[in-house]
Amino acid sequence: MKISREDVLRVAQLAHLELAPEEVETYRGQLDKILAYIGKLQELDVSGVEPMTQMRPQGAGGAHQDSRLTISAQGAAASGAELELRDDVVVPCNVADAVLAEAPDAAKPYFRVPKVIER
Amino acid sequence: MTAAPTWTVGSVRDALLTKKTSARELAKEFYAQIERRNPELNAFLALCPERAYAQADRVDAAVANGDALGPLAGVPVAIKDVISTQGVRTTCGSKILENYTPPYDATAIERLENAGAVILGKTNCDEFAMGSSNENSAYGPVRNPMALDRVPGGSSGGSAAAVAAGLSVVALGTDTGGSIRQPGAYCGIPALMPTYGRVSRYGLIAFASSLDRIGPFATNISDASTVMSVIAGHDSKDSTSAAVGVPDYAAEMEKSLDGLRIGVPEDYFGAGLDLEVKAKVQAGIALLEKLGCKRVPLKMPHTDYAIATYYIVATAEASSNLARYDGVRYGLRVQGTTLMDMYRKTRERGFGPEVKRRIMLGTYALSSGYYDAYYLRAQKVRALIAQDFANAFEKVEAILTPTAPTPAFKLGEKTADPLQMYLADIYTVTGSLAGVPGISVPCGKTSAGLPIGMQIFACHFGESRILQLARAFEKAGGFSI
Repeated sequence: MKISREDVLRVAQLAHLELAPEEVETYRGQLDKILAYIGKLQELDVSGVEPMTQMRPQGAGGAHQDSRLTISAQGAAASGAELELRDDVVVPCNVADAVLAEAPDAAKPYFRVPKVIER
Repeated sequence: MTAAPTWTVGSVRDALLTKKTSARELAKEFYAQIERRNPELNAFLALCPERAYAQADRVDAAVANGDALGPLAGVPVAIKDVISTQGVRTTCGSKILENYTPPYDATAIERLENAGAVILGKTNCDEFAMGSSNENSAYGPVRNPMALDRVPGGSSGGSAAAVAAGLSVVALGTDTGGSIRQPGAYCGIPALMPTYGRVSRYGLIAFASSLDRIGPFATNISDASTVMSVIAGHDSKDSTSAAVGVPDYAAEMEKSLDGLRIGVPEDYFGAGLDLEVKAKVQAGIALLEKLGCKRVPLKMPHTDYAIATYYIVATAEASSNLARYDGVRYGLRVQGTTLMDMYRKTRERGFGPEVKRRIMLGTYALSSGYYDAYYLRAQKVRALIAQDFANAFEKVEAILTPTAPTPAFKLGEKTADPLQMYLADIYTVTGSLAGVPGISVPCGKTSAGLPIGMQIFACHFGESRILQLARAFEKAGGFSI
């Protein structure tokens, strides 16, 4: 598949990037080459393969549980590495001043931006 | 060439306990070295002497009082500039965060300081950790202390160069597709990417959230294991950190290798692999056999698809993560006539070419009409790559490969061709996609004197296994094989 100038401009618009005219052709050529390489993924038959949408490492099991080496101090093999939810409790989070101090333009307690709504 | 690093975690501790030096004197010594070497290496972007000396004084007071010392007491540490440090400028190697000072510390930073570590400053890196040579930093490239005309690797090039040049005893880097292990190989030092979820990422500025990991650089395996024991473990502030106990790495790594099965996948030794690198890594594997390991040939058939998969998954996640840089809440703002105009101008001025390239690639892969062909397909191939690892770990306890296909290349050699640069990560991205831990250990040098790295993968949460093999390899002289 060939990437066109229009593709580059469309993607730049979606990504909120303003490209200089000379950048458009540079990126077009580079993206074209990279996507041509990535096209090799089409060689594989992935029918029936579940997409890996989350990274959730499981505890070590099987051959890795030898008596001489501790993979995990509390037996990850038995339980897997379950992701835990923390307790839903209110904790102090008094950071407004520190956060606003980093803002390019702020009027406490707000961030200030150019006018959004015309009327 | 540089003087070899002289301090280790152990020697710092001994020197403090025997009053041969103080933590403050040591910090001063390191800052003097940094002042001498950094103009040439460009490894550090910011120094924080006030914070370092305050921490050193706390350590010295503990020594004077005879209080128990933390495992990293007085140890000078460098931190990759994508990890948040309260009150210390954190740029991610980007112009868009040129004047950003985080209002809080990352959990890894808190844990290091609670263990007595003295944080010297922040190290240079590819912009938002996107790169394999450190040449994508907005603040200039880092030079490889082993060969000044060569890249240190990337993206954690500053951290690797700092440790290799003796400008810090250990350092933290981050690894998304090879960004700890590859610079470790290029600079000739051990460099460990832990299991996904092993180390809290609270305060790590995100690049690709299903891949990013924090891990250590050191000059020896014992130091790497000490840093791991400090930073590993569950953190309620990071929902992706795993509630899996942390073993006693120092004890585990000394255990015998006898009978361990080490897998050698032929897919990592084919075309494109430098012959000198191949010979040294084969010699390294032979040494492990001599130490009692059993070599098992493996096939990992989806290895060849890893780079293509990685550059879809990582850029898609990056395009989403980096949407936050819009000139509203922090970092650079370039004024515009409308809000949208401000967003676009800010991002155009603030991001460098590689970051823009990846944002566009990721946006394209996620965009309507292309999602199934690219992103969804990449997630499926990722599952196949992870399955290659799961299958391998049914047969072996560890997998041995080269870390990178070549030794460190010359500055400027690959900058014109992004795809060639991406291929420098061909042996590291596989483990990144599978979530397994991996280390690069020094494995001799080329005839031109350039360091070579050997990579060891283990199963999820198998850091003990990695450290055990690396430690035995180190003791047997493998680092200079």
